[in-house]
Amino acid sequence: MTENGYRPGTIVNPQKRISDEQVKILHKASMEILDDPGIVCFNEEAADYLDKAGCKVKKDENWPQKAWQVRIPENTVMGAVESAPETVVLGARDPGNRLHLDTDVPRLYFGTGSETNIYLKTRIAEFQQVDDPNHKIRYPVFSEDRGTVTHLCESAKLCNALENVDFYIRNVNLQDPDITEDNKDVNVFLASLMYMTKHVQAGITNLDRLDDVLKMAALIAGGEDKLKENPIVSFITCLVKSPLQMVEDTTQKLIGVARRGFPVVVSSSPQGGSTAPILEEGMVSMINAEILAGITLAQVVNPGTPVLYGAVPVRARLDTLHDLYGAPEFVHYNVDCVQMARSYRIPVYSTAGVGDTKVPGMQAMVEKILPYLGVASSGAQYIHYALGLMDKTNVFCPLQAVLDDASIGLVRDILRRPLFGKENAEKTVKEVRKVMASSTRLFARYIRKPLREGLVTKPYAFESTEDKDEVMVKAAERLDEILSGPDDRLDEGMLERIYKEVPGPVARERFLL
Amino acid sequence: MDEMLETIKMNVLQGRVDAEDEGLEGDMEGKPGVLELVKEAVEKGLSPKNILLDGLTAGMEEVGRKYEAGEYLIPDMLAAAEAVGGGMDILEPHLKGDETTSKGRFLIATVEGDLHDIGKNIVATMLRGSGFEVKDLGAGVASDKIIGEAKEFNPKFVGLSALLTTTMPHMKETIDKLKEIGMRDKVKVLIGGAPTSEEFAASIGADHHCRDAFDALDKLKTA
Repeated sequence: MTENGYRPGTIVNPQKRISDEQVKILHKASMEILDDPGIVCFNEEAADYLDKAGCKVKKDENWPQKAWQVRIPENTVMGAVESAPETVVLGARDPGNRLHLDTDVPRLYFGTGSETNIYLKTRIAEFQQVDDPNHKIRYPVFSEDRGTVTHLCESAKLCNALENVDFYIRNVNLQDPDITEDNKDVNVFLASLMYMTKHVQAGITNLDRLDDVLKMAALIAGGEDKLKENPIVSFITCLVKSPLQMVEDTTQKLIGVARRGFPVVVSSSPQGGSTAPILEEGMVSMINAEILAGITLAQVVNPGTPVLYGAVPVRARLDTLHDLYGAPEFVHYNVDCVQMARSYRIPVYSTAGVGDTKVPGMQAMVEKILPYLGVASSGAQYIHYALGLMDKTNVFCPLQAVLDDASIGLVRDILRRPLFGKENAEKTVKEVRKVMASSTRLFARYIRKPLREGLVTKPYAFESTEDKDEVMVKAAERLDEILSGPDDRLDEGMLERIYKEVPGPVARERFLL
Repeated sequence: MDEMLETIKMNVLQGRVDAEDEGLEGDMEGKPGVLELVKEAVEKGLSPKNILLDGLTAGMEEVGRKYEAGEYLIPDMLAAAEAVGGGMDILEPHLKGDETTSKGRFLIATVEGDLHDIGKNIVATMLRGSGFEVKDLGAGVASDKIIGEAKEFNPKFVGLSALLTTTMPHMKETIDKLKEIGMRDKVKVLIGGAPTSEEFAASIGADHHCRDAFDALDKLKTA
């Protein structure tokens, strides 16, 4: 815990990819984009808000649906930036798991994300070498399930136990036959909050159900006032469809969340090479414009709304135009966005760790660890998508999440800020003198205190002990241990109240693992 | 008096050789360590055998259990072993002939031409902590010197360490010289060092090859 009782995260010395001059260049380009061509807004209420805030708004007849061209002047944007809080607190069922996002503090938090369609299960099987039947190895085989309420519960239980998950964005798309647009949100948040004592975040399917979700969250948090103090839930709104279009429904959701004063991610996810330029200066100018447009709207609706600058830029692969998360450009874009957000003094929601590959293995490790290191080294405060995602966010694999947890642990250890000062160096000199005067000339005894203070890193969690790769088998054992172990589920009394007072949850037994 | 022995045991667990040592949590500097406590216990008239068994050995056994359970790592073991070794140096002159619980004399050296001694130092420390009377000849020791010291020290065990393949032949040289002087059957020879192996040990007539200090201690239980 930090001294104020928040999750400690990992404080790093942030690396800069672009210079301060380049940040200014990109900002200027974004302002020019917001002026011309501006944003196409399909939401009438948003157009009205922005009009009243000093933007040039006129009807755009080039679309089949109602649309407005909105040109947002720099002073309106910067007024909104000024009004957005520099620190955002994201609450949690266990208050010790609250997150403190402070634009001045490069404290890394990692979490889950995406709403995957496939839940990839693992079973360890034994394989025999065809031309040497005495040689056998154990390796995982995978099977696909379509995501359901129970899968989301299981994922929440797993991620609650993983040390390096600081926050939980629902990562399973509920595809049960009785999940509808009307009841989806309550079931998503219930499945998540049921097992998750860390911060819970998700998008909203149906704005009409937002208050049901908030009611449930208030019950769990101990009341509406307690929920305001300790917002155990927050919301993601990806209101801009790249390029530069504020879509009607998600824009309405942003307005709804902002009015209620809850923390909200204002995100954009352009694809370099299709819906955005592919070179970093183009991508970042554009995504920055899109995010700032959304933040401007949020602040105009309700000044002081806690927002996260939501950057989810990705590159296209040029043979299929599918997302390519393992590309170096992905790291470039994300690091640049961290620097942009920092220049606006708004906490940043960043992205790293998605596997393009469909299954765990060497490709997954490469595609995840290098972006973790690259993006985290910038001091990104809230790195989502970081655990278990495969096949470009279509798949959540619990085994991969366990592997990613260990990898993130290593990345944290690599990047954590060194804290030594003059006193430490003086102590070292004394230690060296003592050791040289001893018969053993060993420093081993002086390791004990730093070892117990957590300053000495541990070996890789799934290291192999024999001359074969046992990583997957050991990770699978850890996964089984967690899933078959105890959990922090909501108690029966709370569940009873939720079912009594909140409409929409499906049958109770589907939430009980 | 029991309290004094318990405090000695606790300080062995903490690996605290003396008052300068901070201990595991870093908050014990200034409080007496094993050396000061053993000295005080002797001065107060406690039985040296009880100090050894209920203080030092009991502490080291607990350290061993914690290591097996994964609670302690090698630095903790080494620190404890160093503390016990120091305590035993104080006790030894006070132990009566029949009270000594030394597990035997162990002569150890890195062979001629080889300056590497980290592994050998760790082994020597752990052996002392486990109750062996250890004479460490250092590094780069010629086989004639080892033989001369063996005649005088009369060890039960001889340990030879090498980290260079070019110095390994001196291990065979030392063993052959033990045979020449008729001492070979009276000692067990253990060898170690990264380039050595079970096969090499067998080929030169050594009794045991040890992968590390813990393997050495294990093999000595049945040697």
